[in-house]
Amino acid sequence: MVVSQPSFRQARWDEPIIFELGAPGRRGHIPPRPEPEVVEAVGPIEDLLPEELVRKEPPRLPEMSEPEVVRHFVRLSQMNYCPDVGLYPLGSCTMKYNPKICDLVASTDQVRWAHPYQDERTVQGLLAILYELKKWLAEITGTHEVSLLPAAGAHGEFLGCLIIRAYHKRKGQLVERREMIVPDSAHGTNPASAAMAGFKVITIPSGPDGCVDVEALKAAVSKRTAGLMLTNPNTLGIFESKIKEIAEIIHDAGGLLYYDGANLNAILGKSRPGDMGFDIVHINIHKTFGTPHGGGGPGSGPIGVVEELEPFLPVPRIEYDGERYCLNWDKPLAVAKIRAFLGNVAVLVRAYAYILALGPEGLKEAAEVSVLNSNYLLKKLASLEGIEVPYGPDRPRKHEFVVSLKPLERSTGVRALNVAKRLLDHGYHAPTIYFPPIVDEAFMVEPTESFGVEDLDGFAEAMRAILEEARAEPEKVLKAPYNTAVGRVDEVRASHPKTMVLSWRMLKEREGLSRA
Amino acid sequence: MWCRVLRLTPAHPYIPNSAESSKRKLVDFLGISDPEELYSDVPEVVKLDRPLEVLGPLPEQEILKRIKEKLSSVKTALDMPVFLGAGCWPHYVPAVVDFILARTEFYTSYTPYQPEISQGMLQALWEYQSMVCELTGMEVTNCSMYDWASALGEAARMAVRITGRKRVLVPKIIHPERLEVLKAYTEPAGITVEQVPYEPETGQMDLEALKARMGSDVAAVYVENPSYLGFIETRVKAIGEIAHDRGALYVVGVDPISLGILEAPGNYGADIVVGEGQPLGNHMNFGGPLLGILACRAERRFIWQMPGRIIGLTVDSEGRKAFCMALQAREQHIRRERASSNICTNEALCAVAAAVYLALLGPKGLRELCETIIYRSHYAMKRLNELPGVKAPLFKAPHFKEFVVNYNGTGLTAKAIHEGLLKAGIHGGKLLAGEFPELGQSALYCITELHTKEDIDRLAEALRGLLER
Repeated sequence: MVVSQPSFRQARWDEPIIFELGAPGRRGHIPPRPEPEVVEAVGPIEDLLPEELVRKEPPRLPEMSEPEVVRHFVRLSQMNYCPDVGLYPLGSCTMKYNPKICDLVASTDQVRWAHPYQDERTVQGLLAILYELKKWLAEITGTHEVSLLPAAGAHGEFLGCLIIRAYHKRKGQLVERREMIVPDSAHGTNPASAAMAGFKVITIPSGPDGCVDVEALKAAVSKRTAGLMLTNPNTLGIFESKIKEIAEIIHDAGGLLYYDGANLNAILGKSRPGDMGFDIVHINIHKTFGTPHGGGGPGSGPIGVVEELEPFLPVPRIEYDGERYCLNWDKPLAVAKIRAFLGNVAVLVRAYAYILALGPEGLKEAAEVSVLNSNYLLKKLASLEGIEVPYGPDRPRKHEFVVSLKPLERSTGVRALNVAKRLLDHGYHAPTIYFPPIVDEAFMVEPTESFGVEDLDGFAEAMRAILEEARAEPEKVLKAPYNTAVGRVDEVRASHPKTMVLSWRMLKEREGLSRA
Repeated sequence: MWCRVLRLTPAHPYIPNSAESSKRKLVDFLGISDPEELYSDVPEVVKLDRPLEVLGPLPEQEILKRIKEKLSSVKTALDMPVFLGAGCWPHYVPAVVDFILARTEFYTSYTPYQPEISQGMLQALWEYQSMVCELTGMEVTNCSMYDWASALGEAARMAVRITGRKRVLVPKIIHPERLEVLKAYTEPAGITVEQVPYEPETGQMDLEALKARMGSDVAAVYVENPSYLGFIETRVKAIGEIAHDRGALYVVGVDPISLGILEAPGNYGADIVVGEGQPLGNHMNFGGPLLGILACRAERRFIWQMPGRIIGLTVDSEGRKAFCMALQAREQHIRRERASSNICTNEALCAVAAAVYLALLGPKGLRELCETIIYRSHYAMKRLNELPGVKAPLFKAPHFKEFVVNYNGTGLTAKAIHEGLLKAGIHGGKLLAGEFPELGQSALYCITELHTKEDIDRLAEALRGLLER
């Protein structure tokens, strides 16, 4: 049987490592020299900086002309897939379209060149944007007050956990309340953040419907419970319908309910974590509010809290007295800061523009279409041989869904990883794989609202072709990918103590070359 | 605008399937009549029964107009000389850096979970790691933390995991926000942070005081070089020896720009280096995003305790050079509550900026940049110190780009001088009274390659004018 072959080809530059480029004496940028009068006034630099402080050898940086630097990084960029070229359905990452107007406004000089310690009177407009944004985020999440400080979702989780700590400490219960409950389907950051904040993580199993097992939760709560960290819809893309009951169980036990905002996109304008009973909510700006993911960051992870927790938010608070915006540093119960300054402002300004572009109707539309796209694609994939839908297959999913490739693996030996790699050959980024851990051979797919029905059909068709290929020529799929910048990467070698090379310096040492 | 259009054709420009014809296909295929049916499992009691109260939707040109109007009153370093630093510094960003960062392949992609299709980002980040290693004299760098402060917090936790000890010694002269963040990161782990006093004349860490605090329970000794207040710690080698003598790790915090001329911490005994990478090709952006640097020696006990993503060089199935994320078994998505850190999303794009920046400047450019900064900052100190009652720098020590200006002899408060300068169209340094009351009426000034002689002369003349009033 002949299986249709993908036509996608990624650039393959065989680009040298940057240290192998350039030539001695080449310059890519020349900084200004001091004015002669300045040099004359202060004397030779040797007198300003004692010799023993000066480095003996210059850093071994590349010596390249400007066009070489440009070509090198442009070539590298061509070997990097991105959502501006096609579907990037990484589940839980919300790889939606990043509107260009948002980048434009964030690139203005008033944003780029503002210093965080400038006198408030000189930065009123920036404070106004941040103030309005935090009000909108509070409205969208149904919380009372928002801190824009955290740099990422996990950073927001850490701050949220510190607030849970401070809350129990204030009540004199920190000593006993040491347990943070986390479902087994939670994002890895939840237990990691709780542990960083000093909590003992109690993992509870999901029920047969993929949701929080209420009986297991009841059995887990006690006077040691500090809180529960939950995302809703959960990582299977299923809405936790018993959320009110869950909230009651936690609150009755004296704990707080933490909302992991990774999946907020599904419910924008439809339902609010605050109304579900969550006390602390983080927002992944780079997911839900369309800011670029930057190849891994920067993101931004503001948190919203209910009124009772407002005193614990870190300072400074951006406030408005009806005339002027100011920074209030005087909040005695505030928890410590978790990073310097006010937050990832360049990201937040983009989110401000994004909300303006969508408005209340647009945000709701984004949620609805993300859910429509997800269910459409799920139905298409569910009909393919080799795929099964775990946990309540008839229940609607939200913005993402998880299927299992276990049947395919059983019949062909081809695993989710192999299918993921073969998808790359078809010009698609792979979904998140092997997550959540409660699904075997998991394929976690989040198409987002940014792709059209024809993109979804194309992806489903690629999946159909790959599954067919897996049955006809499993070897072909097992050795994928073929059309990417490099073939299958040896990840074991990258992490093995004997072969690990984490820098040019390590490479040179490995090669036994001089360190001079 | 779109609101009105909505009733005719409910399609939003960012949402292809919001077009009626497309939505119809989805709805029909799913056999439902209304997308709302997909929310049937959301209990009514938690459904929002009103529109969100946020502004919009606005046509694109209105968004631009609204934001431009808001920002029109903002005055930045482009409108007036601004002498602020303190952890976020004004440096020139070469046009090439912004050009490369605007490559959509870099900025819209995410963490390179699929290395075969993400080689560009992986190689760029590995090159960033490599260049930071060259600058700092370390062998391993992760591909970014949120900022210097959080990198310090993580470094302290890392040192505690490596040594099994729970005390961390830091200088008394440290950025107050950085100290606060360090405490936020360490307090839940039962780590105590203690500050080592400084010598009042020079600002240098008091070595006797350090020795007195040392013990076999100290996990790490931390110094900043240059210090928060701009002077250079001249006895960094001795401090490292004191730490190592008692089996503690030596952690050094740096402004990486300074390493174009200052000795690499790896050459004076540092085990872990942290710092703020923002000056390397990243705009200030009102304080964020920043770029946390975290580097260490290539020892197994160090590497496996590192937080964050690390990129490794390896090969593909045909033996070609290839890159991927290494040592993921340390990370939260694998190890969950036992992970070395909870960090996931980081500041990767800022790291790419740093790589492009360092490649452009090269060793010569970076050295020349440092020299220009040193000449200009010393010129500024000299000019200000000539003014009656003004002392600059306050500390008798070598300085890099920042320095404390003390106004005690002028009869004016630092706040009054700040107000006076602002009226003259100059933004003075950061006021230090709240942070270091023992320094009296003082401010922390920052001079970089962006501050010309003319700017500095203007500052000196304006200050003279205030003093003579």
